[in-house]
Amino acid sequence: MTLIDTPHLAEHDEFYEELLAAHKGLSAEESSALNARLILILANHVGDIEALREAIALARA
Amino acid sequence: MPYDYQPFPYVPPPGLVAPEPRKRVVIVGAGPIGLAMALELARHDVPSVVVDDNNVVSVGSRAICWSKRSLEILDRLGLGARCLEKGVTWKVGRTFHRDREVFNFDLQPEDGHKMPAFINLQQYYVEQFLVEACEADPLVDLRFKNRVIAVEQMGDHAFLDIETPDGEYALETEYLLACDGANSPVRHMLGLEFEGELFEERFLIADIRMEAEFPSERWFWFEPTFHPGQSALLHKQPDQVYRIDLQLGWGADPEHEKKPEVVIPRIEKVVGHSEFALEWVSVYTFQCRRLREFVHDRVIFVGDSAHVVSPFGARGGNGGLQDVDNLGWKLAAVIGGRADAGLLESYGRERAFGADENIKNSTRATRFMTPAAGMERVFRDQVLALAAKAPFARAWVNSGRLSAPCTYPLNAPDDTRLPPGARPGMVAPDAPLGNGWLMERLGRGVALLTIGCTAPEVAGAEAIALPAEGQIAARFLGGAAQAIYLVRPDQVIAARWCTADPSAISAEIETLWAGTA
Repeated sequence: MTLIDTPHLAEHDEFYEELLAAHKGLSAEESSALNARLILILANHVGDIEALREAIALARA
Repeated sequence: MPYDYQPFPYVPPPGLVAPEPRKRVVIVGAGPIGLAMALELARHDVPSVVVDDNNVVSVGSRAICWSKRSLEILDRLGLGARCLEKGVTWKVGRTFHRDREVFNFDLQPEDGHKMPAFINLQQYYVEQFLVEACEADPLVDLRFKNRVIAVEQMGDHAFLDIETPDGEYALETEYLLACDGANSPVRHMLGLEFEGELFEERFLIADIRMEAEFPSERWFWFEPTFHPGQSALLHKQPDQVYRIDLQLGWGADPEHEKKPEVVIPRIEKVVGHSEFALEWVSVYTFQCRRLREFVHDRVIFVGDSAHVVSPFGARGGNGGLQDVDNLGWKLAAVIGGRADAGLLESYGRERAFGADENIKNSTRATRFMTPAAGMERVFRDQVLALAAKAPFARAWVNSGRLSAPCTYPLNAPDDTRLPPGARPGMVAPDAPLGNGWLMERLGRGVALLTIGCTAPEVAGAEAIALPAEGQIAARFLGGAAQAIYLVRPDQVIAARWCTADPSAISAEIETLWAGTA
């Protein structure tokens, strides 16, 4: 398994709050677009096709 | 001056008067693929008869982008210089979202190749050059206004009924090559069907002539303000002819869209004025499909008759010429007795692999260009939105990944110390050699290239010692001190070593002719 699915982000509560804040005031459509941009940006940052495949599989499971 | 469509002469074939001897090869279709096939076979001393129901070159530009690999193949047929001279050489593509450029690419960032990345040249010119070369070649018997009306497999040959203006006649042939295009009558006569995907999308393509100055580049727009919500492509061709592709949507009525009073206002919006003449218009539907098998006993499918892709990526005509490249030497070897029919199966296998790669790339580009409603559309739009802000996303914008030869999955000796751009299964990279080019030395028989060492004594391959310097060294040695490359007659690398015994090389030569790598 390449994907890290154990705790890896110490500031998860902060991130969660900031993620919600980023969506504040957006319509469902705008939120969907924001999420799409985030996925694309993070996928490029991860830069590991195996980890990304495992992430998709985990998300769909 | 608009292109002058001169009809080619019809000559009553001898078969109308008396039965003709069985032919080695009959090629159905005098398009670029059929004509190139005849010339390629002639290079290998195989005579052929080419029959076509028409007597004029392609009407409209149709296939316009000829890739580096296609130019190398055409160069082997003696037409490289002519195509380059007439064509518009380009290597830069620009992609726009609305009115902003989001991405551009340079297809050939390195020099030291005889051929450029791409030229644009109307299909009618390529066909005209090929017809002229066929007419000058005593091994090619070109028959216009000869329409195949029946095909039958006869075990060790195929039987054809052919209709001419003077009546019908029959031909027997050892091999029948169906180069008769996407709607292949031969395919229908054999009851064979394509498998794959048909996209619910229509595009209008138009050739216009205008005196404007426009760079020799490929310009692609997503959602341009002149054609809201759709996509558009503009390409420069020779003779001040420009090719415009406009996405229409699935609801469009093709007959309506082709009317000049409908087309002209659309094009005025693209070019911003009305100083142009409309030369040709067509409407097409995207499809990405292929035959399951390309070789059916004595009938072999080549080009669009075997596989079709959507056009963004220039993978139709170029893919077809790579079929020709792959089949020519193999069929010649089978007919000449050097190889058995198993070698033809490797044509089917390798080119199905190539077709799948073209279909995969073409399907991806089509989905990017015409996303389904819902998340597919959201992701597409957000890639475009990000492309304006973040460098990474520019490469994700897909307006067609342009044709490059596939790497055949050969099971062959390799040494990973050698450069990744010259692996077995790849076309040998070109490089300057003496006063010419490496490509000019390859492409007839089997070649054994040695760089930095002397050629081992083996039969059945032409030994070519290359200087271990410059671009030859960079492309074939990398960091290694010496290398040996076995190259097939289609200029594809069959195997490579840093050091090899003559017996190992001989074994690979036999594998090459058996088509079992």
